[in-house]
Amino acid sequence: MIFVSAKIKHRLSYLLIYILLLAGTILIILPLLWQVTISLKSSNTIFELQPSFIPKEFKISNYSEAFKGMQFLRFFKNTVYISILTLIGTLFSCSLVAFGFSRTKFKGQNFLFFILLSTLMLPSQVTLIPMYITYAKLGLINSYFPLIAPHFFGDAFYIFMLKQFFSSIPKELDESATIDGCNTFRIYWNIILPLSVPALLTVILFKFNWVWNDFVNPLIYVNDQNKYTLSLGLYIFKASEKFGPKWNYLMAAATIMMIPVFTLYAIFQKRFIEGIATTGLKG
Amino acid sequence: MVFIAGDSKLKNQQRIGYLFISPWILGMLLFTIYPTVFSLYISFTEWPILIEPKFIFFKNYLEIFQDEFFFNSLWVTTKFAIYTTFPTLMISLFIAILLNTKIQFRGVLRTIYYLPAVLPTIAVALVWAFIFNKDYGLINGFLRTFGITGPGWLADPKVALLSISIMSIWTLCSTNIILYLAGLQGVPKVYYEVSTLDGANVVQQFFSITIPLISPIIFYTLVMSLITTFQVFTSAMMLTHGGPIDSTRFYVLYLYDTAFSYYKMGYASALAWILFIIILTLNYTIFKTSKIWVFYEGDA
Repeated sequence: MIFVSAKIKHRLSYLLIYILLLAGTILIILPLLWQVTISLKSSNTIFELQPSFIPKEFKISNYSEAFKGMQFLRFFKNTVYISILTLIGTLFSCSLVAFGFSRTKFKGQNFLFFILLSTLMLPSQVTLIPMYITYAKLGLINSYFPLIAPHFFGDAFYIFMLKQFFSSIPKELDESATIDGCNTFRIYWNIILPLSVPALLTVILFKFNWVWNDFVNPLIYVNDQNKYTLSLGLYIFKASEKFGPKWNYLMAAATIMMIPVFTLYAIFQKRFIEGIATTGLKG
Repeated sequence: MVFIAGDSKLKNQQRIGYLFISPWILGMLLFTIYPTVFSLYISFTEWPILIEPKFIFFKNYLEIFQDEFFFNSLWVTTKFAIYTTFPTLMISLFIAILLNTKIQFRGVLRTIYYLPAVLPTIAVALVWAFIFNKDYGLINGFLRTFGITGPGWLADPKVALLSISIMSIWTLCSTNIILYLAGLQGVPKVYYEVSTLDGANVVQQFFSITIPLISPIIFYTLVMSLITTFQVFTSAMMLTHGGPIDSTRFYVLYLYDTAFSYYKMGYASALAWILFIIILTLNYTIFKTSKIWVFYEGDA
């Protein structure tokens, strides 16, 4: 038997770990790298039997084609508009309700909180059809109302998350503020909210991610091309092109769609990862 | 400080409490209770949206249980859930274990591994649609260098489901890796040190320390992944739209087409209720077994 010293064995096992992890990261980065490559290729060089990762020429004009020719600039603005209103609604409603559940006392509190948690189990497909019919009767199809309005009435998951956070803030702060003459709303606004910036930031990040990526709701409620969101635009342009999808423009559009999410992730990755690890939430 | 509140003061306190939670109360009534009850009613009607609904009792449900498209979608979705969930579990646990060793650049690696979870599904699916392209796609191009002719990943009814699984594994692993890594970091290092002294090897340690201690998380992620994969929609719309020959017509895709392509609102609502029951059952299993995993958590 060949004698292998423990030290070499140890080093070899770590080498193997690095190789395996590197292989994994390549599998993650490769599709994205290829996406960017295609987005920079000219229309007649996309279709090659031997895929290459370096375009012969960098056609930045694909991006302006996607932005202007395919109206993705408009879709971008639409998505930003919907996202901002959604975030405002979510932050206000969820923090108010979470404050109510963690800082005030009222009859049936535990029961109502139990109801709140059980609504999390209801799959969205159940309410989709009745809401569609209702919005249709109210003449709200093809408006952003169905996409935005529900977010002004709280979201069980984020209420739960914020409640957990608020509960960790010492109650003594409220008591001394009451003695100083603060009413309940001022305690919420001047004490709890400023202390909860990290939790609110987590809500913003995850909710933004959700609304930016949402596909089902725009698909159902928006028909007018001027009102498309990025996700709907990508889908329709891929599905409806007469002579097959214009892959380079679409990849440019997909890249544009990924950039804001990617940037936020690059800046706040720790918060994203902590959010997942502590709540099991999906990105 | 002893403080006895007056009756009116207490009532006032209560009123403030209700005021704070009122947005949610209103939202729950408008966007949860009302549509849920309405949905149940619709599921007992025949409603081609433009004309008035006709009450037909359980006819939709009876029809569903004779509907071959329903059974096809259920079968396709179940296969997809299994094809996706179990490889995801094994790959992410493996990577999490590797990431939990004393390696350098752990932060960077973790950042990269988590990336797919934050990216928009619709954009990711677009990229994969081209990766899977039979002639010009990345995979077949790669296989060609070895002289292998790859299949039509999305065009072949035998392969299409598997292709969507591959893409879903790519995205789903991210979240699971983070969860497993968090779980692994909670396992006390002492256990490994002691068992090493007792002569246990890495494999023995894996099965008798790691697996039992993180089994709650494994179970939780498993059920959550099953629920997520059971509701697959966005990626399937982008990649195959149910085809070829219904080989990827997933449950929610069938539901969506029934409602918004054929405008059979009653039938689609009945489909939604059956989905609800399936998901409730999956949720119930988490709830039922949560005692076991909460105990484990406290124990570790």
